[in-house]
Amino acid sequence: MTLSPFARVVLRVLLLLVLAFMYVPLLLVLINSFNPNQVASWPPKGFSLVWWEAALDNTGARDALIESLHVAAWATAIALVLGSMIAFAIARYQWFGRESISLLIVLPIALPGIVTGVALQNAFTRVLPEIGIDIGLGLITVIIAHTTFCLVIVFNNVVARLRRASASMEEASMDLGASSWQTFRLVTFPQVRSALLAGGMLAFGLSFDEIIVTQLAAGAGVQTLPIWIFNNLSRPNQAPVVNVVAALVILLSVIPVYFAQRLSDDPAHTGV
Amino acid sequence: MPEATQVSPTAEVGAAPVAVSLRGLSKSFGDVVAVDGVDLDILDGEFLTLLGPSGSGKTTVLRLIAGFEMPTAGGIELNGQDVTNRAPFERDVNTVFQDYALFPHMSVLQNVEYGLRVKRVPKGERRQRALEALASVQLAGFDERKPAQMSGGQRQRVALARALVNRPSVLLLDEPLGALDLKLREQMQVELKQLQRQVGITFIFVTHDQEEALTMSDRIAVFNAGRVEQVGTPAAVYERPLTPFVAGFVGTSNLLQGTAAQQVLGNAGVFSIRPEKIRIANALDAPADGEHAAAGVVREVVYAGAATRFVVDLEAGGYLVALQQNLQTSSMDVLSMRGRQVQLIWRREHETPVG
Repeated sequence: MTLSPFARVVLRVLLLLVLAFMYVPLLLVLINSFNPNQVASWPPKGFSLVWWEAALDNTGARDALIESLHVAAWATAIALVLGSMIAFAIARYQWFGRESISLLIVLPIALPGIVTGVALQNAFTRVLPEIGIDIGLGLITVIIAHTTFCLVIVFNNVVARLRRASASMEEASMDLGASSWQTFRLVTFPQVRSALLAGGMLAFGLSFDEIIVTQLAAGAGVQTLPIWIFNNLSRPNQAPVVNVVAALVILLSVIPVYFAQRLSDDPAHTGV
Repeated sequence: MPEATQVSPTAEVGAAPVAVSLRGLSKSFGDVVAVDGVDLDILDGEFLTLLGPSGSGKTTVLRLIAGFEMPTAGGIELNGQDVTNRAPFERDVNTVFQDYALFPHMSVLQNVEYGLRVKRVPKGERRQRALEALASVQLAGFDERKPAQMSGGQRQRVALARALVNRPSVLLLDEPLGALDLKLREQMQVELKQLQRQVGITFIFVTHDQEEALTMSDRIAVFNAGRVEQVGTPAAVYERPLTPFVAGFVGTSNLLQGTAAQQVLGNAGVFSIRPEKIRIANALDAPADGEHAAAGVVREVVYAGAATRFVVDLEAGGYLVALQQNLQTSSMDVLSMRGRQVQLIWRREHETPVG
């Protein structure tokens, strides 16, 4: 399809506007983190690293960052194991209820976080103690809550790759004399490896900046980075530090998403 | 094993030993019966084709022999050993898949080496054998390529080399030429047959293409609805079909039956006459000794270059197709035949009673 020169110009302008709408606010956060003023003002009064130093000295922010990494790492690891196992079961075996389970696995991603959060909080604080499992709200409940949506991401990535890679490849491997384990190690795993990495990175990114479910599943003791930011946003003297932390979160989120994007490309088609 | 050949209703020759023996083999998927009590002996070193329409169970039989499916009933013997319950990697057979199933993350050489690698053949020897196998399928020098960088025909050869390098006693081929264009397919048919003679391995070849089956096979097993309808040499299956299905599936269905058969042949059975055995003669011509004739009107003329197909409505009822070589005729001549009154004449030995 060819476009008229006018249409092409209009579409280009639209694209630029959309991109600007998405990224200019983020850029402002980044720029403001170098603004020496206490109150965010435009244009910035100068360039200074004073708030970056303050942020790095801020133990609350540092602890929250470590907590976030901790949660994201565990949720991602559990999701990788469970998500890929379910993906294999669904893509490679025939069993009763397979399609329904597939839908049930993906559905939570469509539910509003607030619903998931309230449901999980109810389960953790009311239902589970009734049947003798009282873990209370804390780090473990946050990890469990995050796993529910991280799992979907990993599952989706792996199942898509498995569906594209024909099952006859595994049969071919067995046919050529390879045991089940050799087949997994030499044929199946190399083909889903990049899907696992991509899914894992996206899951990590999602978990890292999640706030609603976290707030409801965490109780009082746990403070992840997004919760710390949210709590400190309204305190005027903390605002510049929040800016710096937000800038950091942006940078930290971009990296895994960038790599996940690149890894999603099928190695069979790029000739890698 | 004289007893084995005696038990088998299908082994025709006692000379070569039996490579694969299927005994009452059945396979159901839920309510669907894919393979329904197949008995078949495949001789050592022969090129046997499983021919049938899609859904006739031929591919399932192949997958049962390979070990990808477990039979619901019956058994499979490989060189006299019962392998019915063995895993694919414990059977001395290799498969060439319809979609080739090459490993996309490995080079061509690594693909071909794979079988030797998992069997822990030393690196030097396996490289040597893989390169030889690649040379034998005219792919010398392609070893560092990735499968994605090759054409369909080349991938097909890689799949062949990958299977043959293991020197299996039986090679299973699941419609391996299906994805190739006509020219390449015809070329590969010749090459495959040559290769089979060279290596002397038993080939079991699945196809729905009757011409391919007739060209390449030592014997053909015609499948219909999960059963073997007929087993025999291409000539036997083509010239002497045992059932209406075989008559129709291998070659053009050309049946004379009921009252038409009664009038023309003096016998009310079902008879198959191959189109090229029928001569188109002048309406007044009489059949010679040992010949039968049927009068009719040419309904359709299909000019196909080397030959022309005539569809003739018989006065006795029904129709027959006659195939004539265009030896001295042009398309104009044959097309003018439409609507003309003719006499179809054929030799009596070319009438085959079916069913």
